[in-house]
Amino acid sequence: MSTHVLDSYILSLVVFVPLGGALLLMFFPRRERDIRVFTLVVSVLTFILSLHLPVHFDYTKATTANSAFQFEVNHQWISAPNIHYHMGVDGFSMWLVVLTTFLLPLCVLMSWHSVHERVKEFHILLLMLSAAIIGVFVSLDLFLFYFFWEASLIPMALMIGIFGHDRRIYAAVKFFLYTMIASMFMLAAMLWLYAHAGSFDYTDIQRYLAAGHPEVEGAARWLFLGFFIAFAVKVPLFPFHTWLPDAHVEAPTAGSVLLAGVLLKMGTYGLLRFNIGLFPAEAHRNAPWIIILAIIGIIYGALVAMVQPNMKKLVAYSSVSHLGFVVLGIFSFTAIGLVGGTFVMLAHGVSTGALFTLCGMIYERRHTYEISEYGGLATSMPVYATFFLVITLASIGLPLLNGFVGEFMVLSGAFLANPVWGIVAATGVIWSACYMLWMYQRVFYGEIKNDKNLKLVDLNKRERAILWPFAAAALIMGVAPLIWTRAIDHATQNLLSVIGQVMGR
Amino acid sequence: MIPQLQFADYVRLLPELVLVVFGVIVMLAEPLVDPQSDRKSLGVIALIGALLSIGASIYQTGYAGDAFNGAIHVDTFSIFFHVLIGLITAVVILASFEYLSVQQIKYGEYYGLILLGAVGQMLMSSAVELVLIFIALEISSIATYILAGFRRRVAISIESSVKYFLLGSFATGFFLYGIALMFGATGSTVVYTIAATLTHGATPLAYAGVALMFVGLGFKVASAPFHVWTPDVYEGAPAPVVALMSTGPKAAAFAVLLRVLFATAAPGWFWLIWVSAILSMTIGNIGALVQQSVKRMLAYSSIAHAGYILIAFAAAQDVGMSAAIFYTATYAAMNVGAFALVAHLANAGEKYVTLEDYAGLGRRAPAQAAILTVFMLSLIGIPVTGGFLAKFYVFQAAMQSHLTGLVIVGVINSAIASYYYLRVIVVMYMREPSKEVPVMRMSPGLVVALSACVVATIYLGVLPDRVLRYALQSAQALVR
Repeated sequence: MSTHVLDSYILSLVVFVPLGGALLLMFFPRRERDIRVFTLVVSVLTFILSLHLPVHFDYTKATTANSAFQFEVNHQWISAPNIHYHMGVDGFSMWLVVLTTFLLPLCVLMSWHSVHERVKEFHILLLMLSAAIIGVFVSLDLFLFYFFWEASLIPMALMIGIFGHDRRIYAAVKFFLYTMIASMFMLAAMLWLYAHAGSFDYTDIQRYLAAGHPEVEGAARWLFLGFFIAFAVKVPLFPFHTWLPDAHVEAPTAGSVLLAGVLLKMGTYGLLRFNIGLFPAEAHRNAPWIIILAIIGIIYGALVAMVQPNMKKLVAYSSVSHLGFVVLGIFSFTAIGLVGGTFVMLAHGVSTGALFTLCGMIYERRHTYEISEYGGLATSMPVYATFFLVITLASIGLPLLNGFVGEFMVLSGAFLANPVWGIVAATGVIWSACYMLWMYQRVFYGEIKNDKNLKLVDLNKRERAILWPFAAAALIMGVAPLIWTRAIDHATQNLLSVIGQVMGR
Repeated sequence: MIPQLQFADYVRLLPELVLVVFGVIVMLAEPLVDPQSDRKSLGVIALIGALLSIGASIYQTGYAGDAFNGAIHVDTFSIFFHVLIGLITAVVILASFEYLSVQQIKYGEYYGLILLGAVGQMLMSSAVELVLIFIALEISSIATYILAGFRRRVAISIESSVKYFLLGSFATGFFLYGIALMFGATGSTVVYTIAATLTHGATPLAYAGVALMFVGLGFKVASAPFHVWTPDVYEGAPAPVVALMSTGPKAAAFAVLLRVLFATAAPGWFWLIWVSAILSMTIGNIGALVQQSVKRMLAYSSIAHAGYILIAFAAAQDVGMSAAIFYTATYAAMNVGAFALVAHLANAGEKYVTLEDYAGLGRRAPAQAAILTVFMLSLIGIPVTGGFLAKFYVFQAAMQSHLTGLVIVGVINSAIASYYYLRVIVVMYMREPSKEVPVMRMSPGLVVALSACVVATIYLGVLPDRVLRYALQSAQALVR
C-alpha cells in the first residue's frame, strides 16, 4: 500500500490543531459568535483530518511485522531521561481517535445556546480536553501517555466546576481527586518500568517484559495493579464508580458527552493497551475477579439505573453497565470478545453521547432532569421523541443498530471463555431494555399531565443537525459493522499473537 | 607566600562584584532621590545590576576553574546557580516596583539589600571553602532578615523579621559548629581536600560535622524538622520578599547542601535526608491543607517542595543531583510567580491574602486568575508545566536508585497536595465573592515579571531538554 505524504504528520496534526485552536482562542476578543464559529471550524477541520486515518489505514500490514502501529512518528523529546515523542495508532486506537473528533463539533453545536457565560473559557477548555484525549489514544511512549492522561484532567474538572449545575464544585473536586490519586499508582509503575527497562517506549517495554527477566516475575503483579487501579477508576469499574454519577449529572451537556463518549474509554483503552498488552500473563491470571467486577458492574449499574428518578443519572448509571461489557469482552481473552469490547466502546460513545445530548436539549427547555416532571412528550415534541426512540433502541442493543453488534460479540466471547459468565452477563441486556424503555414510556407516552410540557417547542434545525449524525452513525454501525471491526480485528490478531508468544513460553 | 591574583580570579568573582557595585550605588543614591518618591529609579538601577550579573555569569563559562587560592570554584554548577539567582533577583525587583508604591514603602535600601543578598547567594554556589560558604550564607541571611521586616509599621512584619533573625542565627551557629568539627576531622575546610581525606574513611567527628551542617542548611531550605519558622515568617514578610526568600536563598542553600554532601564525599547523610524528606513532604502538605491565608499555604507548600527536592538528594548519583538542580530551578519559576501575584492581589496593606478574597477572581480579573492557575497547576505537577516534569524527574531518579518507598510516599504526598492547590483554582473560578474586593490593574513591571515566570514554567514543562542537560552537566561538574 502506498504511503501518503500526510502519514507521518497526521497524528501530530490531529492533536495540535485543536490545541493550536485553543491557544489562538486565548487571544480572541470576547465576541461570542466569533468564538463559537471559530471553534466549530477548528473542530470540523480536526474531524476531517482524522478521517485520513481510516482511509489510509493499511489492513494488509502483516501482523507479525516489527511494529504493530501505523502512521508512526517518533522523535527524541528529552534526552535524559530517554523520552520520545512517539505516536502511532492501531485498530484499537484509530477509531477512538475518530470518535473523539466526531463528538467534538457536535459538542460545540450543542453548547451554542446552553453555554452563554464565559464562552471563551468554555471553548478553550473544550479544545484542550479533546486534544489531550486524542493524545492519550495515540501515545506510544509511556511518558507521553501519562502527560496527556494527566493533562486531560484539568480541563474536564474545570468544565464541570465552572459550567456545571448546582453541586458542581463537589463533583469537580471528587472527579479530580479520584482520578488523580488513582493515576499516581500508574506513575509509580511506569517509573519502575523505566528504571529497569531503560525506556518509556511501548514496544521496548513490551519486549522487555516478554523477555522473562527474573526481577519482573515478582514485580509484575504490582505493576499490573498499578496500571489497573488507574484505569479501573477511569472506566469506572465497580466499586470505583462513585465519582461518575456525580460528575455526569453536574457536568454541562458537552462535558457529559465527552466524559461518557471518550474520556471513560481512556480507561478501557488503557486496560487493553497496557494491562493486556504489557502483562498478558498477569491479566490472564487476574481475569476471573476482574470479570466478576465487570459483571457486578453490568448488573448493579443496570439495577441502579432502573430506580433513578433523574434522567441524566439514569444514563450515567447505564454507562457503568455498558462499560462493564467492555471490560468483560476485553478480559474474556477471546478474539471475538476483544473485538466486541472495542466495538462496544465506540457504540457506547455514539449512543450515550446522543442520550446525554438529548437530555441536554430537554433540560434547556424545562431546566429539570426529573423524569416525573415529564410525560406525554411524544405529542408536543414528535421529532424529539423519534430521535430519542432511535437512540434508546440503539443503546439497548436492538439488532441493526450499533449496540447490538458489540454486546453480541462480547457475550459470545464471554460464553466461550466461561458459559456462566455469558449467561449472567446476558441478563444485563434485559435489564438495559427495562430501564431504558421504562424511562421512555414515562417521559414520552401517556397524557400530558404537566401544563409546562404543553407548550414545549420541538427541535430546531441546529438541534436536528446535531442528532442526525448520531442517529446515522448508530444505524451505519449497526448495519455495516465491518467498516469498524476490520481494523479492530487486525489489531486483535496482533495482540493475540503477542499474548500467544508470552503464554506459550 | 600569597600568590598573585590573576585577571581570571576577578572574572570568577565578576557577578558578585557587579552586584556589590550596583548595590552600593543604590545605597549611595538613596539620599539623593526625592524622599516622597517611590524609588522606582533605584529599582531600575538594581534591575540593570541584576541583569549585568547574569551576563557576567554567562561570561564566566570560558573561565572555569579555581580562584582566590581555591576558595572559589567556577564550573557549570556554579554558573547554573548564578544565572538562576540572577534571574530570581531580576524578576523579584521587577515585581517590587508596584508593590513598594502600593504599600507606600519609600526606602531605596530595599533594592540595595536585594542585590547584596544576591551577592551572598551567588557566592554560596561558587564557594568551595567552608568558611567562605559560611560568610556567603551570612551575607545572604542578614540581607533577608532586614528585608523580612520591611513593612516596618506592621507588627507581623517585625515579628517575622525578628523570628527569622533569632532562629536563623541559631541555625547558622549549628552550621559553623559543623564546619569546626569537619575541620577537626579532616584538617581542612576546602571541600575537595575534605573529600580526599574522607574517601579514606570517616571518623565519628566527621559524622557529627555532617549532621550539624545539615541542621544549619535544613533550616535555610525550610525542611522539616527545621521548618517551624517558615509559615510565620512568610506570612509577615512583604510578599515580594517572600517570593525572593522562598527561592533565592533556598536555591543557594540547596547548592551548598549539594556541595557539602556530595563534593566532600560526606558520610552518613542518607538517613538524615531520608527522614527529613518524608517529614517535610508530610508536614508541609498536611499543614497546607488547613490554611486559609494563601501566604501561609504557600509557606507550607514550600516546606513540602523542599521535601521533594530532598528525595532527589537521597537518590544521589548524577540523575538525583540533576533532578534536585532542575527542581530548584522550576520551583523558583513557579513560586516567584505565585508570590508576585499574591503580592499584587494583596493590595494596599496586604489586606487581601485569604482564600476567600480570591473568590470570583476568574470573573473580576480573568488574566490574573489564569496566570495564578498556571502556577497552581505547576505546583500540583500537572503536565505542560515545569512542575510536572520536575516531580517526574525526581521520582524517576529515586526509582532508579531503588528508593521505591520514598517514591511511594512522594507520590501519595503529591496527590494530597493537589487538593489545596486545586482549592485556589476552585475558589477563583467556581465560588461567588462574599464581599467586595477591589481589582488592581497590573503594572507593566509586574506584567513582564509574571510573563517571564509563566513562560519559564511552561518552557520547562514542554521543552525541558536544554535545561535538563545543563542540570546534568552541573551535577557531573560537582563531583570531581
